[in-house]
Amino acid sequence: MRLSRVANYALLVVGSIIVAFPLLLALSYSLMSESEIATFPPPILPAAPNLDNYGTVFATIPIVRYLLNSFVVSSAVVVGQLLTASLAAYAFSFLVFRGRQLLFFLFLSTLMIPWEATIIPNYITIRTIGWLDTYQGLAVPFMATAFGTFLLRQAFMQIPRELWDAARIDGATTFRFLISTVIPLSRPALGTVAIYGFLSTYNQYFWPLLITNQTLMRTTQVGIAQLRFEETLRWGLVMAGVIMVAVPTLALLVLGQRQLIRGLTAGAVKG
Amino acid sequence: MRWTSRDLRSLGIGLAYLAPSLVLFAAFVFVPLAQTIYLSFFNTRSTGAISTFAGLDHYLELLTSPAFRTGLLATAIFALYTVPIGIALGLVLAVLLNQRLRAINVFRTMMSSTIAISAAVGALIWLLLFNPSLGLLNYVLSRVGIHGPEWLIQPTTAIIAVSITTIWLTLGTNIIVLLSGLQGVPEEIYEAARLDGARGLRMFTRITIPMVSPSLFFLFVVDTVAVLQAFTQIHVMTRGGPVDATRVLVYSIYQDAFQNFQFGFASSQAVILLVLVMGLTLIQFRFVERLVHYQ
Repeated sequence: MRLSRVANYALLVVGSIIVAFPLLLALSYSLMSESEIATFPPPILPAAPNLDNYGTVFATIPIVRYLLNSFVVSSAVVVGQLLTASLAAYAFSFLVFRGRQLLFFLFLSTLMIPWEATIIPNYITIRTIGWLDTYQGLAVPFMATAFGTFLLRQAFMQIPRELWDAARIDGATTFRFLISTVIPLSRPALGTVAIYGFLSTYNQYFWPLLITNQTLMRTTQVGIAQLRFEETLRWGLVMAGVIMVAVPTLALLVLGQRQLIRGLTAGAVKG
Repeated sequence: MRWTSRDLRSLGIGLAYLAPSLVLFAAFVFVPLAQTIYLSFFNTRSTGAISTFAGLDHYLELLTSPAFRTGLLATAIFALYTVPIGIALGLVLAVLLNQRLRAINVFRTMMSSTIAISAAVGALIWLLLFNPSLGLLNYVLSRVGIHGPEWLIQPTTAIIAVSITTIWLTLGTNIIVLLSGLQGVPEEIYEAARLDGARGLRMFTRITIPMVSPSLFFLFVVDTVAVLQAFTQIHVMTRGGPVDATRVLVYSIYQDAFQNFQFGFASSQAVILLVLVMGLTLIQFRFVERLVHYQ
């Protein structure tokens, strides 16, 4: 029995290292000089770890601006999604009206439509209204979410009907009940929607690549990928950029792991 | 069914709450969807403005175009390399993580860490690993006597390199979904099987796999849809090359629309993408429905 426990731990350690290896290697290479990276056999750990590459990143590309852009856009999407999805989920859980079922299916149907299938008209629209190279062009198209609405509706439906009845007797308006009772009771689900929305916006690539041309309007993902297309590829520099861009999302993973897992499994668990 | 004034009033209130979402969906999903289908029947100028009616020409061209056929084939190979291996690997690791051991959460976080990694970041790191002279991969291969290929220069290995990167990127999601599936299996079922003498591999194939089949099926659909939509890793690693070996459907849409400015022709490919994704998702919805029904 003891032996199998040791074997299990050994497997877990080996597995974790293999899965996390590319990321750990990026961290290690970000601390190496370019000449050390070019030695053979390829090094794994830096001989003299230093932060020079990070300094070079700051000097070479406007990384602070990229991070700022990504944070502004992702936060705007989160705020927008929380607003639109809570309002919609409230209508789908507490309000009774004809056509509710039909409208709910209309929402769900957007989950079947890949963004790439609508990207051409969307690009033309954004260009026509002059939103290329703007925050609103990057954020507004993603401010409604069927997935988030669905998740919040599930949470809202857990709220006891007695609270609703009591609020009506007390003379609270429909909107007031949403603000004073439903929202405060649904914080975990709202957290899931927020983390999910932030992560997926922050990690976007195709859309920001299309609609930003000015260097200063680029987001982190597009910004660091540009380093790959420079004439001389400086790997230490690229890896330092990679780490700087990945740190916020990794921090979010550690802090919001539970919310993230709830979101990912919402669709997989039956019902 | 007659509409009373109360019905209209409640519908009005309901719509008011739905309005922000509905307006956004209309502007960025439903109308563009209709426009994509519409555009696919027209020729366009480089500005995107419609020039002449093309009828079914674009679709007929797709049928006969060798480039499009190669692209679909590349997409299929990409899915074939990525989805089954990614799910199998995820299942093995999820089983390993589904144990009551001290510090198991540390391992769970480490192994699922790739969910937070963007495709651009992942692609840049793997680009270094696949580098023929600087990369560790070929060095490790050379130590076991294999002369590693120039991964991104040869068509057959370029698609493998992109697939390996994609498997790594989706591994975190696969592990989390399968782990939660495994945790939903009641302990009594394992107990009963153990009493019946099931062990090891037999337990795995007879109990574990059937019990997590809903999660496996869910991932099969979700991962396939993700592969159909994959763009970033291809743009960063291969730009669709070499000789179109990684020019998958979405990349072909990107090139035809935004580099060749053939919006009409690109739209017809977007319609194909739409049909594929909708088909897969509909299968998923029906499956879930049946499952709920049987319970």
